[in-house]
Amino acid sequence: MNDPLLRLSGLTKAYPGVVANRDVSFDIGKGEVHALLGENGAGKSTLVKTIYGLVKPDEGSMTLEGKPFAPHDPRAARAAGIAMVFQHFSLFDALTVAENVALGMENPPPMGELAARIKDVSETYGLPLNPSRIVGDLSAGERQRVEIIRCLLQDPKVLIMDEPTSVLTPQEVEILFETLRKLQAEGTSILYISHKLEEIRALCDCATILRLGEVVGTCDPRETSAREMAELMVGGTLHVPERETKVEGEVLMQIKGLSAPSPAEFGTSLKDISLEVRAGDVIGIGGVAGNGQDELLAALSGEIRVGQGQITFQGKDIGHLPPDARRTLGICAAPEERMGHAAAPDMSLTENGALTARKRKNLTKNGFINWRAARGFAEEVIETFDVRTPGPNNAARSLSGGNLQKFVIGREILQDPQVLIVNQPTWGVDASAAAAIRQALLDLAAKGAAVIVISQDLDELMEVSDSFAALNEGRLSAPRPARGLTVEEIGLMLGGAHDMEVAHVAS
Amino acid sequence: MIALEKRPQPSQVWSLASPVVAVVLTMIAGAGLFAALGQDPVAALIKIFWEPVFGPYNFFYLPQLLIKGAPLVAIALGLSLGFKAGIWNIGAEGQYIIGALCGAGVGLAFYPMEARWLILPLMLVAGALGGFVWAMIPGLLRVKFNTNEILVSLMLVYVAEQLMASMALGLMKNPEGMGFPGSRNLSQYESASTWIDRSYGMHWGVVIALIAVCFAYILFSRHILGFQIKLAGQAPRAAAFSGVSPARLVLFCLGTSGALAGLAGLTEVAGPAGLVSIDFNVGYGFTAIIVAFLGRLHPVGILLAGTLMAITYIGGDVAQSSLGLPGAAIQVFQGMLLFFLLAVDVLTNYRVRIGQRSVA
Repeated sequence: MNDPLLRLSGLTKAYPGVVANRDVSFDIGKGEVHALLGENGAGKSTLVKTIYGLVKPDEGSMTLEGKPFAPHDPRAARAAGIAMVFQHFSLFDALTVAENVALGMENPPPMGELAARIKDVSETYGLPLNPSRIVGDLSAGERQRVEIIRCLLQDPKVLIMDEPTSVLTPQEVEILFETLRKLQAEGTSILYISHKLEEIRALCDCATILRLGEVVGTCDPRETSAREMAELMVGGTLHVPERETKVEGEVLMQIKGLSAPSPAEFGTSLKDISLEVRAGDVIGIGGVAGNGQDELLAALSGEIRVGQGQITFQGKDIGHLPPDARRTLGICAAPEERMGHAAAPDMSLTENGALTARKRKNLTKNGFINWRAARGFAEEVIETFDVRTPGPNNAARSLSGGNLQKFVIGREILQDPQVLIVNQPTWGVDASAAAAIRQALLDLAAKGAAVIVISQDLDELMEVSDSFAALNEGRLSAPRPARGLTVEEIGLMLGGAHDMEVAHVAS
Repeated sequence: MIALEKRPQPSQVWSLASPVVAVVLTMIAGAGLFAALGQDPVAALIKIFWEPVFGPYNFFYLPQLLIKGAPLVAIALGLSLGFKAGIWNIGAEGQYIIGALCGAGVGLAFYPMEARWLILPLMLVAGALGGFVWAMIPGLLRVKFNTNEILVSLMLVYVAEQLMASMALGLMKNPEGMGFPGSRNLSQYESASTWIDRSYGMHWGVVIALIAVCFAYILFSRHILGFQIKLAGQAPRAAAFSGVSPARLVLFCLGTSGALAGLAGLTEVAGPAGLVSIDFNVGYGFTAIIVAFLGRLHPVGILLAGTLMAITYIGGDVAQSSLGLPGAAIQVFQGMLLFFLLAVDVLTNYRVRIGQRSVA
């Protein structure tokens, strides 16, 4: 580890209006797992894209194994030995694993040979994967394995991983870490991007922390506390959501035997879901992506209509009601996908405010929209939730992911709902904004509303939930009090062992 | 290297400028076309765009402007509703024909009764209803069976044309017409004529088009329905999340555009055209598609675009009679206009970046 494998010196990249990276320098040694930490907008993506040849730096240089390294496209970067696993997978659902891998190769070998190599690599690194399976049927963890194997087949010197654990169960995370340690032992360097500090502490040898495009610190994560790292990242002290103990409220919403087919191809149907939602409760619903989260939200928001008696609100059957009617009753929702689902990208924030709030905020009269009131409401959301934007006339797509998320969640919370359902409320949001969103959810519950938080971030769920249930292949486990649940128990719930007796037998 | 880069926000400037740029590019390309046909390109352009409005015979052409413009504007407004929502009614021509047939049928049925206060309103209702029903066919098929409304509405144009031919030669044929095809002349039947003042080209179709402009403007700027239409077109999932019912939207957009096309057909057949004949329709329903896009799917824009398109129709006639340009040349001209418009429109959402970037 004395001679650095990859050295970045003085990398600077400016975009109109912002400096994404300013004079960033650090080294990655051979066989080192190097963490790159930073809030959203800290410049991690730009930096990684520079290494991967997607962005050309304005200033500064890189060397790889002592030789100058300036890839002008990802192909050149791959040829030099850089591989990257993106946060969002680029896989085709309808093709098999082997076909997907072949699509990413310059000169794919014959299918049979490729399948054998995939099998070989997957066994060597402990990533079980059958090359002939259709990707559409794979779990998120398995899809990630396809991406990783795709990279490993190139025999990389440096493997870049962007937030790899956000879609994995704790058990899958363990498998991934085993693989990464094996790679490390073979001399592969890993650049690991994450905001999950405990993981970084468990895995990485060295961490570089970015804030506002600059390196603000380097540390040995095994000897630095998670809190210290978080504070370096945020540049201040971190606010942890608070909650008061409360008495059990009345039942607001009752879900009984909810079953619904998924409207999407390769979607997951909901199967016999039952849940009691009480006033003041925060129910956390965990699960690996693609186990029916979108469908559950759609069934509760009214986008999917369900059969009689499956959802009742204050004793009234509401399964047949469309979203607007449910909002009028006090049921609001915020879907996971911000662009195009929770918000219309090309419309202004004023219009996006009216998108869901027109009934509860009385923004329409006889069908005519009061644009002044709508604008006022959008301004209120922007102000209350600290949405960084020049103003409500800006298009939703001009906002960064985290800012739009704050707007979307704020829009629903300020409607003062009785039941709020959110899916991935802090996905892609920086640490301080995520804390603010969680606090707002808890405040809403403290005022007597019920909140259902669907999320893949277990830390988040443990932080906010009173009770916890897991979605697995469209089925929901019985909820259990969140306090006192161990990581193993949660992992088993996520894996589909709904009943703890079974879990004991299994273990 | 030339590359396109997505803008963070749609450009306001380009959204307004692109129709103007498209018109200019069309004129340049059109000039080339006329030159290739052996004409003096400048003279041809003057004939087409200048002569009808400002020429010495404009007293003859200006009324024509209302007559040609009104159906284009009315139909294009209806189409713009659907186009904004991603519902593609391509068969306005058919709805226009059926509206004309239904309205004319009512008028002819009352002949020779003298009761304009009764007959004309009934005809208007029948015309609107005819277009509405014809548009409901693709609408209901799409809602019930998820058929493609583009194909169904387009094919129904040819059905409507056949129906009209059979009417002109059969049921609606003028019994005093000495065997010639075509119905009685409604414009000469005082109680059924849609003319208001023939010498100015003023008829009920013009009034309807102008009222429709106002209504469409209010719909899109203030009403929740206009908002939902826009939303459904831009982000269908967000629309469903917001609570828009796609089926209702399809029926509303197709129904309204059908009714407007039907009204345009009726006011044409009982006014400027006068009678149901086998060659009654001249393609307004198709040209209106260009008008809708050229006008940015905006009511005021459509009013301006409809006027411009009416000028090219009249100017084309002028050029045809005085310069001997082939009639098809003006259709090519209109086609080019849509082509350039769609091309220039890319600039609303993208900017062109020349050079550098990918050079190492």
